[in-house]
Amino acid sequence: MRIVVLVKQVPDTSDVRKLDLNTGLLDRDAGEPIVDEINERGLEAALRYKDDNKGTEVVVLSMGPENAIKSIRKALSMGADSGVHIVDDSLAGADALVTSLAISKALERTGYDLVVAGNESTDGNGGIVPAMISERLGIPLLGFLVNMEITEAQVSGERQGDDGTANVHAGLPAIVTVTERFDYARFPNFKGIMTAKRKPVDTVTLAELGVDAAEVSSLDRTEVISAVERPARTAGTKIDDDGTAAATLVEYLATNRLV
Amino acid sequence: MSHVLVLVEISHRGHIADSARGLLALAARLGDPVAVVATREPLADDVVAKLGSLGAAQVYQGRSDAAGTALVAPQVEALAAAVAALSPAAVLVSHSYDGREAAARLAVRTGSGVLVDAVNVRAEDGRIIANGSIWGGNYLVDSATTGMPVITVRPGAVDESAPQASAQVTAESVTVDAATAGVIDSYNDAPEVSERPSLLGAKKVVSGGRGFGSKENFALVEQLADALGAAVGASRAAVDAGYSPQTTQVGQTGVSVSPDLYVALGISGAIQHRAGMQTAKTIVAINKDADAPIFEVADFGIVGDVFTIVPQLVEAIKARSA
Ligand SMILES: Cc1cc2nc3c(=O)[nH]c(=O)nc-3n(C[C@H](O)[C@H](O)[C@H](O)COP(=O)(O)OP(=O)(O)OC[C@H]3O[C@@H](n4cnc5c(N)ncnc54)[C@H](O)[C@@H]3O)c2cc1C
Repeated sequence: MRIVVLVKQVPDTSDVRKLDLNTGLLDRDAGEPIVDEINERGLEAALRYKDDNKGTEVVVLSMGPENAIKSIRKALSMGADSGVHIVDDSLAGADALVTSLAISKALERTGYDLVVAGNESTDGNGGIVPAMISERLGIPLLGFLVNMEITEAQVSGERQGDDGTANVHAGLPAIVTVTERFDYARFPNFKGIMTAKRKPVDTVTLAELGVDAAEVSSLDRTEVISAVERPARTAGTKIDDDGTAAATLVEYLATNRLV
Repeated sequence: MSHVLVLVEISHRGHIADSARGLLALAARLGDPVAVVATREPLADDVVAKLGSLGAAQVYQGRSDAAGTALVAPQVEALAAAVAALSPAAVLVSHSYDGREAAARLAVRTGSGVLVDAVNVRAEDGRIIANGSIWGGNYLVDSATTGMPVITVRPGAVDESAPQASAQVTAESVTVDAATAGVIDSYNDAPEVSERPSLLGAKKVVSGGRGFGSKENFALVEQLADALGAAVGASRAAVDAGYSPQTTQVGQTGVSVSPDLYVALGISGAIQHRAGMQTAKTIVAINKDADAPIFEVADFGIVGDVFTIVPQLVEAIKARSA
């Protein structure tokens, strides 16, 4: 069984993130680049299956600038076997249609039984790339899973919905997206960090993936027309509770017609 | 005027999703709204009447035996058939679980750009523009696509309603390729919650954090919410600890709310939590740590113990309304 885990390098959300107001794109220099937490949870789920099922191969796949190799190495140090890095200058600012095209081609090249993605990234919040990949590859998608069971022939789990969850399954090959209800990832140990340096990483360009410029230019593009920054909020009144704070708050709410 | 398609989600119990009203309102602003649904059975009269009252002049029904058992694929087929039949100016879909997956799969079919998580849309110089509020409302971004846009709209973001219409139904059979879809085996419905308002689009929200220490204690959050007529929210730490269901998580990876009043109880105010609530008109925070970052965005903050103050608040509010 080959499980491919999709990993996106994103700015740490604990730092202040900046948008380049001229291009409307993420300012990659603001915020420490890290593996998106949701992808680490997906990797953990794949590694647990590998722990219990010898012969499982876990591949991490990332599309991103040169320095995204850092995130691939991190995933390798946690226990993934090999990496695929799609890197191409023409992909800077790529939208979901183009991103899903490049990743789908890379998945076809690498081969997969199961693809594990995050339900949405913390920098784009779209949550649409995995569904686009499922459409391009013609494989089932089990999205927004809160838990997952993998067997040789199928994947199943509970999918989050608006009014509860649904029990769902799909035959392999398939793609799933995991939510934050999946466990946090393990930490890399010393041995993992040492061996990660020697694990193979396949670096590929769009041309090597056979993505031709004509196909890319036939797709509609999304464009940012304008971006404005909202002024930061400022702190208001702060009082210490001396036994009367609740009453003062109710007065405040009443004055502001909130109660 | 050109058609604007709206994917209307109908639950397995036959309920029209709350998102339909706002989506149809936006569609009516841009053109002639068409409600697209995917179901197995013919639509019941009351469903058609309801869609009309929400502003749909036309209902395009994609009928498929796979509706209800194939995950999302029937909606994709219904949308694709409606796009082919009606050449719409835009397709609007809720940024919900099913909605965004359907939007993404449709966009690959039609080669269309997707504008995600819009809070508003408008037509300008013959183009349809989506407005998004990103990274906790730190930035407001207008975006567009070069062709027909597929737009996902943030649940609860739209207040207005479309003028009523009388809906005409067009039914077409659509075929789902079972090999490319997940299978729904059964549903675990959340218990029908009381009269408490839903978090999406709520005017008032009371949220609790790890500070409550247990699910039992978290009932205090619900008591204050009920006294104020507010929805209940939670921090991720409170959801992880099992005090409150996952659907109540407010923040970067949960729900984004923009209510008139947001009350944060025993929540430290991590940047990821603030990302989901800092566009509220008025923010009230109660935390026993005077240095908690939540106070940096609070209009009214109390440094104190939630176990002392919240019961007093509930009493005082009840006394006022009595
Ligand atoms: C990728 C990512 C995404 C995330 N997404 C989200 C998200 O969507 N939503 C979210 O909320 N978090 C999110 N987080 C987590 C976030 O960083 C914080 O860990 C979380 O918000 C903390 O929740 P909390 O404030 O309840 O807990 P804590 O930070 O532990 O704070 C508890 C607070 O309660 C106060 N307190 C304790 N007892 C009392 C008492 N008796 N009376 C009054 N005050 C008391 C304490 O002083 C403290 O300030 C995310 C993190 C990451 C990395």
